Amino acid sequence: MDWLYVLMPVAGIKILWPGLLILGLGVGIIGGFFGMGGAWMVTPGLNILGFPMAFAIGTDITHMAGKSLISTMRHARFGNVDYKLSCIMILGTICGVEVGARNIMWLERIGKVDAYVRYGYLVLLTLIAWMVFADVHKRRKKDMEARAAGRALDPLATGLDFSKKLQRLNIPPMVTFKRAGVRCSAWLPIGIALFTGWLAGVLGIGGGLIRMPSLIYLIGCPTHVAVGTDLFEVAISGLYGAATYGFKGRAELFAAFIMLLGAAVGAQIGTVATKYVKGYAIRVYFGLAVVGCGISVLLKLIGASYAAVKPATDLMATILILGLVTALSLFIVLNFVRGVREERKAVKEHLAHV
Amino acid sequence: MSVTEYLSARGKIPLVFLLAAPLLSAAEAAQAIVIVADTRKLHGLRAWWGNLYNDSHLHFTLMTIVLIPLAGVILGTLADLVMGRLGIDLKSRALREG
Repeated sequence: MDWLYVLMPVAGIKILWPGLLILGLGVGIIGGFFGMGGAWMVTPGLNILGFPMAFAIGTDITHMAGKSLISTMRHARFGNVDYKLSCIMILGTICGVEVGARNIMWLERIGKVDAYVRYGYLVLLTLIAWMVFADVHKRRKKDMEARAAGRALDPLATGLDFSKKLQRLNIPPMVTFKRAGVRCSAWLPIGIALFTGWLAGVLGIGGGLIRMPSLIYLIGCPTHVAVGTDLFEVAISGLYGAATYGFKGRAELFAAFIMLLGAAVGAQIGTVATKYVKGYAIRVYFGLAVVGCGISVLLKLIGASYAAVKPATDLMATILILGLVTALSLFIVLNFVRGVREERKAVKEHLAHV
Repeated sequence: MSVTEYLSARGKIPLVFLLAAPLLSAAEAAQAIVIVADTRKLHGLRAWWGNLYNDSHLHFTLMTIVLIPLAGVILGTLADLVMGRLGIDLKSRALREG
């Protein structure tokens, strides 16, 4: 079975290449659907396949740049990418990440980094999950009220609307983002990008997990546009990450290429699936992914506090993440297949009538 | 020439440096550690890639950030062509939240 393994030129280790292909496919599907890089799924996956942690992070970020570009290309054709918003936010994100990384260096010097980061991550994930499900609940309530009153709710109506209050801030210059359908002060996306970038830098993650809900809840982007716009940002920040990790010799391009072969197919499936799923369904499944991610962080925290249970909690966290990736991928693929079938059927029926 | 060798050559080794010499040497040794790709078992493209990393980290980095987006665009375009054969509309979508 030696042919199933490939020797990595820089890391000097043999890796099961079908594992890389499947991992790429899974994260491509999920990333294209939710608009994130998916470092929280890939890094443990690469680690399990045999990469040391630093190589797992570097290789993940490198593949993320290529994969997000594939998804962005597809989303752009659907009109889901607001480049103007993305470019404004990239500046804020880079500055925020740099400040966050410096804060981490300081925490490392005082010896508090691991605990602070994990607790911070947990608080943030809980907040995001609460926001998503509170929003879904509120929208459902609005929908029921509208039905009771005998009228239909606007298809673009949302539950929580923090963004409308924030958009009222009248600090020049005011900018219009056509694709997102938002007009607000330029300082709003810059400030949010600084904050989400800082969080990403402090937590050591790509940022899609925080930026995607921020684009929805704080800026007011429709879900599909938030997904596409965030992916463009992930592609750019991934390229920056690939450069820094490549320079430090922690990016394994061969593994990234193999993952990209799977991700090219997965990203197309994930992106096209958004066409067949309503924005709120995407929000609900994103919320579930956040809950799963939060539970895995909690398990890691328990393991870090009680050495006796560490092997068991680590194993449970890994099984949870891999199970979540498999379940979400299957759900997205099923939606894709069903959507394609229905659309093709409708086209055939239309042609038969003509 | 290391710091300790330089000071010895000039005959100026004050007590503090004498005591700190092992520490200084250790720091210099740590700085000198470079991770090297073992290319002895590699052939063809992988050997070239490993050697490129060993020769210049800068060239290796530049190649990485050029090749990754290039691969993304090529693979994305190919996957696009395959998707185009499914017979679905890949240029528009209805924007609906609920």
